Amino acid sequence: MLDAKIPAGKLEEKWNNYKGHCKLVNPANKRKLEIIVVGTGLAGASAAATLGELGYKVKAFCFQDSARRAHSIAAQGGINAAKNYQNDGDSVFRLFYDTIKGGDYRAREANVHRLAEVSVNIIDQCVAQGVPFAREYGGLLNNRSFGGTQVKRTFYAAGQTGQQLLIGAYQAMERQVALGNVEMFSRHEMLDVVVIDGKARGIIARDLVSGKLERYFGHAVVLCTGGYGNVFYLSTNAMGSNATAVWKAHKKGAFFGNPCMTQIHPTCIPVSGDHQSKLTLMSESLRNDGRIWVPKKKEETRRANDIPEEERDYYLERRYPAFGNLVPRDVASRAAKERCDAGYGVGTTKQAVYLDFKYNLINKYGRTEASKQGIHNPDQETLIRLGKEVVKEEYGNLFDMYEKITGENPYEVPMRIYPAVHYTMGGLWVDYELMTSVKGLYCLGEANFSDHGANRLGASALMQGLADGYFVIPYTIGNYLADEIAVKPIPTTHEAFEAAEAHVSERINTLMNIQGTESVESFHKRLGKIMWEKCGMARNEKGLKEAIVEIRALREEFWKNVRVPGEINEMNPELDKANRVADFLELGELMCMDALDRRESCGGHFREESQTEEGEALRHDDEFMYVSVWNYKGDESWEMLKEPLNYEVIQPTQRNYK
Amino acid sequence: MEHYNMNLTLKVWKQKNSQSAGRFETYQVKDVSSEMSFLEMFDVLNEQLIHEGKEPIAFDHDCREGICGTCSMYINGRPHGPWHGTTTCQLHMRAFKDGDTIVVEPWRAKAFPVIKDLMVDRSAFDRIIQAGGYISVNTGVTIDGNAIPVNRDNAEKSFAAAACIGCGACVAACKNSSAMLFLSAKVSHLALLPQGEIERKKRALDMVAQMDKEGFGSCTNTGACEAVCPKEIEITNIARLNREYLSAGLSADK
Ligand SMILES: Cc1cc2nc3c(=O)[nH]c(=O)nc-3n(C[C@H](O)[C@H](O)[C@H](O)COP(=O)(O)OP(=O)(O)OC[C@H]3O[C@@H](n4cnc5c(N)ncnc54)[C@H](O)[C@@H]3O)c2cc1C
Ligand code: SF4
Ligand code: FES
Repeated sequence: MLDAKIPAGKLEEKWNNYKGHCKLVNPANKRKLEIIVVGTGLAGASAAATLGELGYKVKAFCFQDSARRAHSIAAQGGINAAKNYQNDGDSVFRLFYDTIKGGDYRAREANVHRLAEVSVNIIDQCVAQGVPFAREYGGLLNNRSFGGTQVKRTFYAAGQTGQQLLIGAYQAMERQVALGNVEMFSRHEMLDVVVIDGKARGIIARDLVSGKLERYFGHAVVLCTGGYGNVFYLSTNAMGSNATAVWKAHKKGAFFGNPCMTQIHPTCIPVSGDHQSKLTLMSESLRNDGRIWVPKKKEETRRANDIPEEERDYYLERRYPAFGNLVPRDVASRAAKERCDAGYGVGTTKQAVYLDFKYNLINKYGRTEASKQGIHNPDQETLIRLGKEVVKEEYGNLFDMYEKITGENPYEVPMRIYPAVHYTMGGLWVDYELMTSVKGLYCLGEANFSDHGANRLGASALMQGLADGYFVIPYTIGNYLADEIAVKPIPTTHEAFEAAEAHVSERINTLMNIQGTESVESFHKRLGKIMWEKCGMARNEKGLKEAIVEIRALREEFWKNVRVPGEINEMNPELDKANRVADFLELGELMCMDALDRRESCGGHFREESQTEEGEALRHDDEFMYVSVWNYKGDESWEMLKEPLNYEVIQPTQRNYK
Repeated sequence: MEHYNMNLTLKVWKQKNSQSAGRFETYQVKDVSSEMSFLEMFDVLNEQLIHEGKEPIAFDHDCREGICGTCSMYINGRPHGPWHGTTTCQLHMRAFKDGDTIVVEPWRAKAFPVIKDLMVDRSAFDRIIQAGGYISVNTGVTIDGNAIPVNRDNAEKSFAAAACIGCGACVAACKNSSAMLFLSAKVSHLALLPQGEIERKKRALDMVAQMDKEGFGSCTNTGACEAVCPKEIEITNIARLNREYLSAGLSADK
């Protein structure tokens, strides 16, 4: 039943062999084939542009008012590629290896190797489109380093890499819109997939301005709808990021892979109060220069700068002398939680730790700069001044953002940071061709489960989104569509479209008619609290079982007592939100079930029952070396299938950062 | 940073849809924390309205990090409010004090019709990009990234122009509703790179023609756009666009 369709042959030859042997569609036939792309972030915009260039008739959808505003725009730090421009020993194999290891040995070798192979093409493509990457004085491309690697392979555009890559893909797509190959539907939300004779043949979408339901046919449907971190209510995701598209697909037969795999990022601006609507990331690159600490004394009341050096606990450097502040995200997050839980947290809420730049401001940048400028024996003040200038160039926009949000100047006082939900490794299960378990239904980018195992490395999501959209789907979708050329467009009066629309319409009517007393927002917050406390950074059997019961009760209450104001046939953001939260209330339960099943710790999934004596994550490869693949059986019940992971090239080992 | 709470009076534009007439509604919001963002203050108000059985206020927003360009409120007579170089979502309530009255309107421009309350239709910006805001390369046919060196100074200027988030504040601030700052940012981003060189003339002509077609006004160099741009896009980009446009007009085959 579960066939990942991994091509035979040597790992490094699989993708080339596949490309050399997959079926092709000739240009005349491409014009007769229609493809629906839902989502126009990095994965979707790059896919829509490329498929349009190839000559397919593409319809693309997004819920924002423009494709340029997808959540991908917010990515800060950079994008990885095995270019080895720095001559520091990088290679396709090394990027492949780092990604598998970073994912704590829970990803497929073949997919990850392909990702590493095409990473180099991505950079070339983006440069050709005019993406203004950072450059050296000689005019060539610059790189920075990111966590979990020992080479400099991250390409970047200041702290705005996602923005620049998305604008590149967006422009490429708008060019196809102008040429008539892509038709763009913004402010549209997909609310169901239409499946006819076992194949995806279209979608039901709601025009968010008029509120009307619309039907669209496609020979194939490609979902690029991003991650579901907002199940937790508070996350670094954009406010609109949601799971609706993948969840509807799941209920129509697409399997869900590793739903519990969530990434919690260690360095985010902490919650400031009940009004908090989202959390803001402070890029991983800051950990290169900042030192993380808490006071050694509980209930410390002094200001950070008044606490003397010997009364500070640089706990990452203490616990992990080899990696120090640069341990991977999952490890750093858990360590921060441990200190705060033990009563050493700082700030008004005591749910924060310090990220302090003073040391490097003076010692690293200040001293280098002084020496460059020929200043001998510089005093403290000079060092700080010079250091600040360099830090400003590197991280200026992040420091500004921190100051706007907190009102504190991070050049003067340490940042207060705390872990926050950031990324979901889980997603729709796809095979090597990125096809879900429904024929003709594909899933790309963060929305699929494919390449990051149990923990994603920094700067690898942008790489995966663009790899999927620019370089993988154009081949794999042709292999499917080659057999569909005789299929005439199915009129949207077909009974399957009728039924799907009726189903969506009924649900919306039900939501509107409840007219209870509690807002959608309040349910979302309550769900988030359950998820964060019981399915967040640390999970255990008891908590997860409780969470499942609580989520079911909350869902029941939602359907009895939610209040959705306004009307159906108009712009109604509360209704949009209600549709999304209703789906989160179901997905949350599945995440807990998956977390309960996986009685091991791996990557971002930490089961308290499975840890070493020092409190580190303990994997159980003998029992859990699989992808958990959930098949929806109807009536809120699931069957779990297992896709075994076979490591042929890499030997899994226990990660150690001491 | 000292935190404080405040009570505010809000005068907000309410408009059911593009067809109907709008008007200001007055709301009282109590116990607003100085730590909230401006949009979180709106969240609190909307929660309050929903509980009272009233219609919440519709506004556009998504990233809440100042990068997607979705948020778009005209606050006390200024797009994105009082803080320099800051989007509405990054504006925080520290900017206000107890007892303040805050007036909030949508972007106002013929080319940006109101959809509902504070939401407007900015799809004209997408159509301007469709007219030529790109480099015509297909996927997969290109050369090694480092085969195209770019002078660092130009790369930095290009990046600074490419930082535009397409929010439309420049249009909202301009008495002529001109889109020149937005358009010039795109033309500069691409014209400053060797990759963009080949199409630069046609690009400038086509994008300007589309801008005129969308009903944006002409630029009379008031500088209002630069003053409110949250990404500090410089008005020198408009001068560059004008040069591009003139030289393209002179040499283009008509
Ligand atoms: C703050 C932040 C910083 C990050 N920094 C980095 C970084 O430096 N490097 C890195 O590699 N990764 C980074 N990431 C992760 C990375 O940005 C995302 O994983 C990636 O951009 C996701 O791209 P995507 O195309 O899959 O989805 P998205 O960009 O989320 O796009 C989803 C699209 O789907 C549409 N959509 C969703 N649901 C529907 C529906 N029902 N109907 C119609 N349309 C729908 C949306 O409109 C949108 O167009 C960061 C993430 C965050 C939150
Ligand atoms: S130029 Fe500035 S104000 Fe105008 S759209 Fe771009 S970012 Fe917004
Ligand atoms: S919401 Fe994205 S810029 Fe304000």
